[in-house]
Amino acid sequence: MSEAPVLSVENLSVAYEGAGAAHTIIDNVSFTLGRGEILGIVGESGSGKSMTCRALIRLLPSSLLRVTGGAVRLAGGQDVMALSPRDLTRVRGRRIGMIFQNPASHLDPVMTIGRQIAESIRHHHKVGRKEAWARMLDILRQVGIPDPESRANAYTHEFSGGMRQRAMIAVALACDPEILIADEPTTALDVTVQAQILRLLLQLRDERGLSIIFITHDLGVVYQLCDKVAVMYAGRICEYGPKDEVIHHPRHHYTAGLIACQPGTTGDSGPVHTIAGQPPGAGDMPSGCRFHPRCQAADAACAAHQPPLEEAEPGHARACHHPLGTRMEARA
Amino acid sequence: MSGGATIRARRMRWLRIGRLSPLKLGAAILLTWLLVALLAPMIAPHDPIYQDAAVRLQPPSWAHPLGTDNFGRDMLSRVIWGSRIDLQIALFGVVFPFILGTVIGSIAGFFGGWVDMVFMRVIDVVLAFPFLVLMLAIITIIGPGLYSFYIAMALVGWVSYARLIRAQFLVLKNSDFAMAAVSLGYSNTRVMFRHIMPNAILSSVVFSMSDAVLVLLNGAAISYLGLGVQPPVAEWGVMIAEGQGFITSAWWITTFPGIAIVTLAMGFSLMADGLGEALGVRE
Repeated sequence: MSEAPVLSVENLSVAYEGAGAAHTIIDNVSFTLGRGEILGIVGESGSGKSMTCRALIRLLPSSLLRVTGGAVRLAGGQDVMALSPRDLTRVRGRRIGMIFQNPASHLDPVMTIGRQIAESIRHHHKVGRKEAWARMLDILRQVGIPDPESRANAYTHEFSGGMRQRAMIAVALACDPEILIADEPTTALDVTVQAQILRLLLQLRDERGLSIIFITHDLGVVYQLCDKVAVMYAGRICEYGPKDEVIHHPRHHYTAGLIACQPGTTGDSGPVHTIAGQPPGAGDMPSGCRFHPRCQAADAACAAHQPPLEEAEPGHARACHHPLGTRMEARA
Repeated sequence: MSGGATIRARRMRWLRIGRLSPLKLGAAILLTWLLVALLAPMIAPHDPIYQDAAVRLQPPSWAHPLGTDNFGRDMLSRVIWGSRIDLQIALFGVVFPFILGTVIGSIAGFFGGWVDMVFMRVIDVVLAFPFLVLMLAIITIIGPGLYSFYIAMALVGWVSYARLIRAQFLVLKNSDFAMAAVSLGYSNTRVMFRHIMPNAILSSVVFSMSDAVLVLLNGAAISYLGLGVQPPVAEWGVMIAEGQGFITSAWWITTFPGIAIVTLAMGFSLMADGLGEALGVRE
């Protein structure tokens, strides 16, 4: 990717400043997103995937959460973290759009789908009512909603799950953003509808050059959709690289564990693999490598020092003292 | 939840007449009274305040279907003309508190912090007094009459709406769709008034229907106490007050205005139930 990235995140940190101590929830997360690229962020529930993406547009769910450091640069060099509230509203929606897991609750229940999309168009582009309505119908057609003229006047509850997700994608696309953050958009859908939505996202990427950050806990989806993967554990990125590299040659024990947990990946029909233990809570993060209490390869060094996120091969970085693969190669 | 729904359905089943839902039945009753009020000059057989000493305290007859009162006034005409006043009471007695309460409640829920604190303490103070006593006090200060009643109603009645709207705002402020609207780059005020307000106001609309019942009865009570509508204007509460001395000898003077109040109140009540069901609002 030789051209400048549309988004580069540098050492983004988020802390929870509750009663007494401050807990770092997102710790020095960095990644870049090129034009037309799809980045998958994978991790367990509570690993900080969604929080990271909310922090990108400063949409943290609680006033006790604060971005404590780092920069989020858009193409052109603007730092989202340094924007005035007024400029921030021009970045949200207009340059970075967002879609969510549960479209039923993220769409306004008392406004028709068409009006929600038209509102979004008129808010960011200086166009008249008729023009906005025409563009809205066009967008509904693009996201694959049949018979847009009549469906535009329907309310959220009159749509099926898959159609709602298409409608939410349409609302986000109405402002024609460069970047789309998709926060588990297919988790609540059944597999056939999920496949349709993934195909739609790929098609939008190809047609519009849309860059997508796709948050999921499903490695299968990452494999179908993404170009790059960032694996998150307990608020840190533990492995980051091209999809094929990370999935076929995982270097971090956590990534390897996640892959082993996928039913059917190992070929045998034995019990499903699990990673023993629980991810840590925000208040009791382990020292050193945050994964070490659950890691089979952990030793004293893992508990004492946090491994840096280093590139082992070009473009493929991991934060591990005893990375897989390289260690075996050294042994051999 | 489904248990509650069946109980509710069972409770409302007896209210269904044929295939009429509570909403339609309530709307039909209200519409009928509205038509009666609008067409009063055409359908009332007599002048409602014309006194005819020759026909005092007549029981219902062909000439006077609902009888006459102690001044010889035709009760049917008085009930018909009374609907104008009582519908007006139900309307203005609800609209002013609704507007005032919605504005204050949304400001309190929107800004939170000390603004919310101040309004909530004011609401506590208003609620600390019995409703009717506070209304009587205000009406006594500004003098009896229908306008005083509206002013007192607005000053006392807004608290229910303010609390309802504020609670809705507090919930909806943190709702997913409000967050999604912020993620689209909408300003706070746009999110509040374009997206939260239309959702928050639903439960107030339902409540306003049951509130109309209370206002109607309140209006009748205030008039009955001589502080609302003044005689000889035909108003149902006043008519009941005037007729109570004759309750043993001339039951029709109090009964027919009473039935009128009950049907109108039932119309509002059914509307409230039906609307609540239709809009999915739980009170």
